[in-house]
Amino acid sequence: MLKRKARKAMAETSTLISPEHQEFLRQVRLEKTRIRFTQVLILVISFGLWEIFARANIVDSFITSQPTRVLKTIFSLYEEGVLFHHIGITCLETVIGFVLGTLLGTVIAIILWWSEFLSKVLEPYLVVLNSLPKIALGPVFIVWIGAGPAAIIVMTLAISLIVTVLEVLNGFLSIDKEKIKLVQTFGGTKFQVLTKVLLPASFPTIINALKINVGLSWVGVIVGEFLVSKAGLGYLIVYGGQVFKLDLVMTSVIILGVAAALMYQGVVYLEKVLVKNK
Amino acid sequence: MVEVHNVSMKYHSLNGEITALQNINFSVQAGEFVSIVGPSGCGKSTLLSIISGLLAPTGGTVLLGGEKVAGTSSKIGYMLQKDHLLDWRTIFENVMLGPEIRKTVTAEVKERALHLLQTYGLYEFRHKYPAQLSGGMRQRVALIRTLMTSPEILLLDEAFSALDYQTRLAVNDDIYAIIKRENKTAILVTHDIAESISMADRVIVLSKRPGTVKQIYSLSLSIAPRTPLTSREAPEFRYYFQEIWKELDVHVEA
Repeated sequence: MLKRKARKAMAETSTLISPEHQEFLRQVRLEKTRIRFTQVLILVISFGLWEIFARANIVDSFITSQPTRVLKTIFSLYEEGVLFHHIGITCLETVIGFVLGTLLGTVIAIILWWSEFLSKVLEPYLVVLNSLPKIALGPVFIVWIGAGPAAIIVMTLAISLIVTVLEVLNGFLSIDKEKIKLVQTFGGTKFQVLTKVLLPASFPTIINALKINVGLSWVGVIVGEFLVSKAGLGYLIVYGGQVFKLDLVMTSVIILGVAAALMYQGVVYLEKVLVKNK
Repeated sequence: MVEVHNVSMKYHSLNGEITALQNINFSVQAGEFVSIVGPSGCGKSTLLSIISGLLAPTGGTVLLGGEKVAGTSSKIGYMLQKDHLLDWRTIFENVMLGPEIRKTVTAEVKERALHLLQTYGLYEFRHKYPAQLSGGMRQRVALIRTLMTSPEILLLDEAFSALDYQTRLAVNDDIYAIIKRENKTAILVTHDIAESISMADRVIVLSKRPGTVKQIYSLSLSIAPRTPLTSREAPEFRYYFQEIWKELDVHVEA
């Protein structure tokens, strides 16, 4: 839609623009094409070399796997009907993880903003929890919650929650005090300050936290799956490693990369739709 | 309309006690435009916050139409230093903020908002966002937002200081005309002597901290029609400027 508008605008102005400007626009397009071309080239060359080295026995394909074997593995996983099962489970855990992490983090940030006393009391605890490598808590969650998806989601929450709380709270506190005063001059309550100014003004911050949490959730989910799971991409990686099926490991890593990138792009798109007049 | 009796304000901090205002006395008549000037840090803005009921004074009382101020009142409209339009709301939604907060949104109120936007040349922009408006227009929107709750008294807290000089002169005229047209009482706090004279019927000069009322000037400018811009051409303008300047007793410390 936007693209069409831009093209239309360009078409309209093209009758007016000077040849110099046309040349400039052509250069810009050319530059874009060159960048995209080089990007694809790097991908093709690296996969190509990987394949060639493996075929020529320069590297041991038993250890490094190779692109054709990765494709074969994907196909056989598909044939067995488990490909989308594993991808689906991991993606579901990740989505639940970052959505829950962002929502819960925002709610806790609101509570801490509401009560300055509570926020001051909890400050040292937040600092300790923030610095603690949350992965250390993995075994604790497994014992408490049991080996299963619930423990994995709690793991992702542990990783993303504190960061979200701090980030969103920081966003709240950086909002111009005068905007809060504005609501107060109309006799607004603290709750109205929250709903009319704080939350809408912090919306970009919250979306940003969501973006960060996507990455953190993947870490949490994969670590969680390493520790407990019976399905998912993390499980495939660990299982493949244990039985020395490097094809399976490489395949899972590549799928993971694609899935993570797609999910991140999805959130970026969501941001574009939700955060208007930016 | 507004009576300020013996108002004092003390702030407490770990380093001790600061007296921001001491025994402030003055009153403002209905329909009058009063400026308050003073050196920075003399408690001008604090005084406005006290009149609006946002802050409780540590001593003295403020009466609005004979009633003691305790908490914010719908009789008061407050204009802040910047326009503080909310970026995520359209112009119309921004103007409706006051009624929304006071929970007085009705079809009539919406009608009134549109009418005010129409009167002050912003009707076409009602669906636009603040970022699409010029500084002067934004200030006008901010004033309409303040007018929406039908206040009797407008408090302008350095309301033009965020604008560049040319825009500021134009907005002075603009806002002055609207205030006179809507027949509002106004108190303007500023550190700009020229601005204070150009807009007001009376100028109250505050002293350095602790702020006290040093002098009150009733202005009579022999110029008609009077607007902030024409006021600056009045023969008396210079005289008042000199007087207030002397009264402010500004020293630049090296």
